[in-house]
Amino acid sequence: MDGTENNLRLFPKKDARLYMSFMYVTFVSLLVGGLMGLLQTFVRSGKFTLPFNINYYTILTVHGVILGLVLTTFFIIGFQFALMGKTVGISDKQRNVGWISFWMMLVGTVMAAVTILVGQANVLYTFYAPLAAHPAFYIGLALVIVGSWISAFTNFRQLYVWKKAHKGEKSPLLAFMVIINMLMWVIASLGVAVSVVIQFIPWSLGFTETINVLVSRTLFWYFGHPLVYFWLLPAYMAWYAIIPKIIGGKLFSDSLARLAFILLLLFSIPVGFHHQLTEPGIDPTWKFIQVVLTMMVVVPSLMTAFSIFATFEITGRKKGFSSLFGWFKKLPWGDVRFFAPFVGMVAFIPGGIGGIINASHQMNALVHNTIWVTGHFHLTVATTVILTYFGIAYWLVPHLTGRRLTKQLNKLGIIQTIIWTVGMTIMSTAMHIQGLLGGPRRSAYSEYAGGTQVDTWIGYQLAQAIGGTILFIGILLMTYIFIKLTFFAPRGVEEFPIAAEDEDAQVTPKILENWYLWIGITIALIAFAYTIPMIDIIKHSPPGSIPFKWPIGRM
Amino acid sequence: MHLHKYEKVWLTFGMASLVIFLLVIGFAAFWKGTHPQSHLETIDQNNVEAHDSFKPENLGLTEVADGKYKVNMVASAFNYDFGVDKDEKPVKTIRVPQGSTVLFTITSKDVVHGFQVAGTNVNMMVEPGHISRYEAVMKNKGEFTIVCNEYCGIGHHQMFGKVEVY
Repeated sequence: MDGTENNLRLFPKKDARLYMSFMYVTFVSLLVGGLMGLLQTFVRSGKFTLPFNINYYTILTVHGVILGLVLTTFFIIGFQFALMGKTVGISDKQRNVGWISFWMMLVGTVMAAVTILVGQANVLYTFYAPLAAHPAFYIGLALVIVGSWISAFTNFRQLYVWKKAHKGEKSPLLAFMVIINMLMWVIASLGVAVSVVIQFIPWSLGFTETINVLVSRTLFWYFGHPLVYFWLLPAYMAWYAIIPKIIGGKLFSDSLARLAFILLLLFSIPVGFHHQLTEPGIDPTWKFIQVVLTMMVVVPSLMTAFSIFATFEITGRKKGFSSLFGWFKKLPWGDVRFFAPFVGMVAFIPGGIGGIINASHQMNALVHNTIWVTGHFHLTVATTVILTYFGIAYWLVPHLTGRRLTKQLNKLGIIQTIIWTVGMTIMSTAMHIQGLLGGPRRSAYSEYAGGTQVDTWIGYQLAQAIGGTILFIGILLMTYIFIKLTFFAPRGVEEFPIAAEDEDAQVTPKILENWYLWIGITIALIAFAYTIPMIDIIKHSPPGSIPFKWPIGRM
Repeated sequence: MHLHKYEKVWLTFGMASLVIFLLVIGFAAFWKGTHPQSHLETIDQNNVEAHDSFKPENLGLTEVADGKYKVNMVASAFNYDFGVDKDEKPVKTIRVPQGSTVLFTITSKDVVHGFQVAGTNVNMMVEPGHISRYEAVMKNKGEFTIVCNEYCGIGHHQMFGKVEVY
């Protein structure tokens, strides 16, 4: 397959329309969710109250659900469909099933969103029992999850069909990565699906009287940590296989990229207890075992960091820059398709360090549920991941709409990235410091019992409102760029930049594509980490909890 | 599969650091007893008064030995019950001398709550049907805000208290 030629061949209209549909939902979500975030920082500054009696926790729930669950899932599935379409192709039937998936997820999203907006689901995106939202909220979530599974199985089918037609060939790298991410997603979201379908829906409808709170939380976090890797892996796909092409280089190593993805699959799921470290009812030894499994992610992360910088250096040196850091200066800083994801990579250094602190058994006690955690994931998901998604959108959207990323739009993209960096640096740093001083997350403005400690928090909350305002300007600019790329940019062919392997690259070992082996080890690790503690939790259960509606303002 | 020489060095260094790191936190947890709060005792959340620690007269601060205290509390939306003072008024501030060892014990009557003495390691999830317990030495003087740091409903930010170390 001639990579370059394929990179420049536009999708058939029918395919592009499916992929673009996911992008529309993504950017509408960005605008809505971003506005909610802005309002939250205003409320917490203490200088502003929400109009029309809107509750702070309603907008907080919208923010978390729309950005954490909807924006990410729609972008990822749309992007992954495009990757599969480009590398292994899509049949008419598969495309139709893709549409079913899209509509199912959209209907679920609208159901959940309306329920939240009318104030019947002020439960935040983690919907911890026994706070009880209206059943429509849980049913909506279930539809989003099941819809995403339909996409996953379509992707599996796409690769299967390709493999049958290309006997003995290794799967294209990006298709392999998509399959890993979707395998992880399906295995992980089984946990939350079981919890929603078996526990929450019958309980909220009144078919069952009580719910087992700790079991529901454990099932949620079984899903909750792989969820964040599900956001991250598409960014890694771009870092490994797209960015090298944008900077004019080749893949660093096909096999190492695959190995990193396999390790991420193995160590993404048996780790959920590190979100439950300060909870009663879970044996601390099992918490520690899952902490150890969590930290294994350091290995593929270091591999990724190495290969990215190695690609930068090798590409630079091939272009003839021989001084120690000359290659670094000559990276395409003026190309937003590179610049935005690069800032994302840099943000991942403090983001990763913060993550290690959060998951560190004891250190977590100082920061658990403080706004430090909010600061942490605004670096990881809301900077590293989202800036890489933006970096992808700058070429993916025009490739799908048959337009071009003009010089002017590229420049606006660079400005957008800088605005984002400035806003997030202010907001996230303020959140980290306030968290170390004990300021809680997920709370409306409050002066508590007063005193010097609370006074220091409020200053940081003002800083967050300033950072939040700058970020919202960035969101408006990004929305403008998206609209331009979709409807108004000049027609033409924007490259779908997939990097090729070096001609003399080493053969990728076959074992890396032994799905039975890797799925088997994944399940074995999950069984090891969860079976005994889960039996313990169920055996030593307290009485179940009835639904509590009044605390979230439901009659 | 080929690994570049520098990559081998990099990964060896990384993995060695990881092993040392895990040994340190493992040693601290298992030998020094610094596990996070993981109390395993359950309770009927619909009848917490049946448990000795949560009988109304046993709530709040009690000195159990010289320099050793216990604080029993019941969380509910949106309040911490620290018992009542001599005038039958609800206690809002826990006052302990500097350097004292305090055992915090808390449970919830309704939904999930948080309990943090802000700026310290005293940080626990509080769940219905479970008892959370954490012992800490109050080394620093000052006023510390107690915050509910797990969302418990629309009055969540109005749920607080205070620890005064004198």
